[in-house]
Amino acid sequence: MRIALFVTCLADTVFPEAAKATVRLLERLGHEVVFPAEQTCCGQMHVNTGYQREALPLIRRHVRTFDPYDVIVAPSGSCVGSVRHQHPLVARRAGDDRLAGRVEDVAARTYELSELLVDVLGVTDVGAYYPHRVTYHPTCHSLRMLRVGDRPLRLLRAVRGLDLVELPDAEQCCGFGGTFAVKNADTSTAMLADKMRHVLSTRADVCTASDASCLMHLGGGLSRLRTGVRTVHLAEILAATERSAITGERTAVRP
Amino acid sequence: MTHTFLGMPSTAPPGVGHLRGTEPFPSAARRSLADPQLRRNLGHATATIRARSAGMIAEVPDWQQLREAGRAIKTDVMARLPELLEQLEARVTEAGAVVHWAADATEANRIVTDLVRATGSERVIKVKSMVTQEIGLNEALVAAGIAPVETDLAELIVQLGDDRPSHILVPAIHRNRAEIREIFLRAMPGVDPGLTDEPAALAAAARNYLRQTFLTTKVAVSGANFAVAQTGTLAVVESEGNGRMCLTLPETLITVMGIEKVVPTWQDLEVFLQLLPRASTGERMNPYTSMWTGVTPGDGPQAFHLVLLDNGRSAVLADPTGRQALHCIRCSACLNVCPVYERTGGHAYGSVYPGPIGAVLSPQLTGVADNASLPYASSLCGACYDACPVKINIPELLVQLRDQAPHPRAEAAAMAAAAYTMDHPRLYEAAQRAVRLSRLAGRRGCALPPPLDGWTASRDLPDPPAQTFRQWWAGR
Ligand code: SF4
Repeated sequence: MRIALFVTCLADTVFPEAAKATVRLLERLGHEVVFPAEQTCCGQMHVNTGYQREALPLIRRHVRTFDPYDVIVAPSGSCVGSVRHQHPLVARRAGDDRLAGRVEDVAARTYELSELLVDVLGVTDVGAYYPHRVTYHPTCHSLRMLRVGDRPLRLLRAVRGLDLVELPDAEQCCGFGGTFAVKNADTSTAMLADKMRHVLSTRADVCTASDASCLMHLGGGLSRLRTGVRTVHLAEILAATERSAITGERTAVRP
Repeated sequence: MTHTFLGMPSTAPPGVGHLRGTEPFPSAARRSLADPQLRRNLGHATATIRARSAGMIAEVPDWQQLREAGRAIKTDVMARLPELLEQLEARVTEAGAVVHWAADATEANRIVTDLVRATGSERVIKVKSMVTQEIGLNEALVAAGIAPVETDLAELIVQLGDDRPSHILVPAIHRNRAEIREIFLRAMPGVDPGLTDEPAALAAAARNYLRQTFLTTKVAVSGANFAVAQTGTLAVVESEGNGRMCLTLPETLITVMGIEKVVPTWQDLEVFLQLLPRASTGERMNPYTSMWTGVTPGDGPQAFHLVLLDNGRSAVLADPTGRQALHCIRCSACLNVCPVYERTGGHAYGSVYPGPIGAVLSPQLTGVADNASLPYASSLCGACYDACPVKINIPELLVQLRDQAPHPRAEAAAMAAAAYTMDHPRLYEAAQRAVRLSRLAGRRGCALPPPLDGWTASRDLPDPPAQTFRQWWAGR
């Protein structure tokens, strides 16, 4: 299958490993990945901070860029959520019904990675090998906007060598929330503290999720406290194999 | 309808009532976050209610259909609010009561104060109500020499403690029993000085005090959970029975009701009476549901006044998306599931309406400029939307209100520049290189300049990657 990668600005700029892992994984499963170079950002940061007018050109760009592709994937629940739920809203509020129709059309072909794997490609065992103790944090937008359900867990359970431990109070927000983490840094940090406490209680070596943004927040806190727990994007775990473990290919977002 | 409902709807006036805080959310939140007792009480109370409510909801196989029915009824009500209110006014008047229209808090306070004065009573007993908190009725009554006595146990604790409510349903959620004992000893008339902090002893002390007050006060003031337009029937739901005492014992009853509380028929009421207790207290049915229609000779209050309050509601109604906030049945489920509320408590929101619903209702009632920090007091995690028994899409409203909020100039300039850059891939690539260079210039974990320093106060920054994804892709 020919799959267009919607890399997301954050993965492109700060967490390319998550995006590279998505490419390696899909190619290993026998698919062709293309990267439309005209893409930049879906505009979520603007919409969530209160700048819908500024987000409009970015939404138009996103639609133009991805319209030619039948299947589009992003390694981010939050950015897919933005495309599905925010793009049509912003287009309608701007009075552009034609754009709203086009964004809905593109959104219907856009999948978060675990959705693509389980629903479209029909795989749960992707042939990965990752010999670590791992806990999974379901990010709010994957959980409540996309309703990915247990798809990520099914994928993780099929990874060889992986010791999956349940995260207590998993469904509570980690406190990232984009602009929230900066404008309400104290409250965000209080939420982060509780999330870290739960992660540490699992004695996992790795905390994974399907959003680089939440992992940046959670990983930043875990690193600040020198907990030794790494945050690793789900795509990187699924892309890891016996071979990558032996050749020492980088599989973690942060050491 | 009177002239007050014609013309451009206006927002709730400043200087009266409690819809505006004195400081922005982030700084108010900082204080609450540093209070370990508050954090413990809130964490415990919200987790307990959450679990109880989840259990009760799980029992109802058609919960999602019920929510959808609730949403549909409220949408219909908002679409024909004037007509339903006129019907309500006609039925209530036919049943022997007097209907008053109040455009805002000041008018409502004046109406109620005048009505109490006319009875000659110097004291009123009050049923727990959000709307009288919203308009600051107690302060207005006190200023007129009338003593209001709150009869809901938690509301009484707040009143005696000279405090503000911090939760819609459990106004004293921020207090523990030791603090309550102290408040009672200090402020409750005729309290036994040997009072212990046993919950039963505390409740008995309150009961003693309130019994006296019930039997000797001739006027009561209440809010209303619902009003049925079909028959002109008002409804109050509660747990303690103190509300029913107020609604039945006095000679005069004055009910203040937000105009959005009307429902068309008894069949519609049935939906909300199923939704409300399970979502709010986690009960199958609330212990007391009091309903009354006008005046019944020889039974209950012989004079009944209904004050219909706007106070910014028509302005909210004018916004087709924003008006969802008027669907709220004040169950407080959104507060109990909110990770922000759970940590900051209600006072940080400034307004009497805290938590997620407060963050979307208060700024709309006052005009968003007067509560500009509230729409940002959320991580947009969406737990409130899932919990709301009438399916108010609170995250969507938050995002819309952020768009309408006044923006700091520096932020607006930066966001405009970022949007321009992101719409020009060449500039975008240059900016990506700049991110990398600026990060390489500093050490990992070093502080960012304001306004981004909130990030680095508690979190390290990731290491800058050797190349961006698109550089890697181009070089493949
Ligand atoms: S917004 Fe919904 S969940 Fe929150 S108090 Fe109102 S009805 Fe309840």
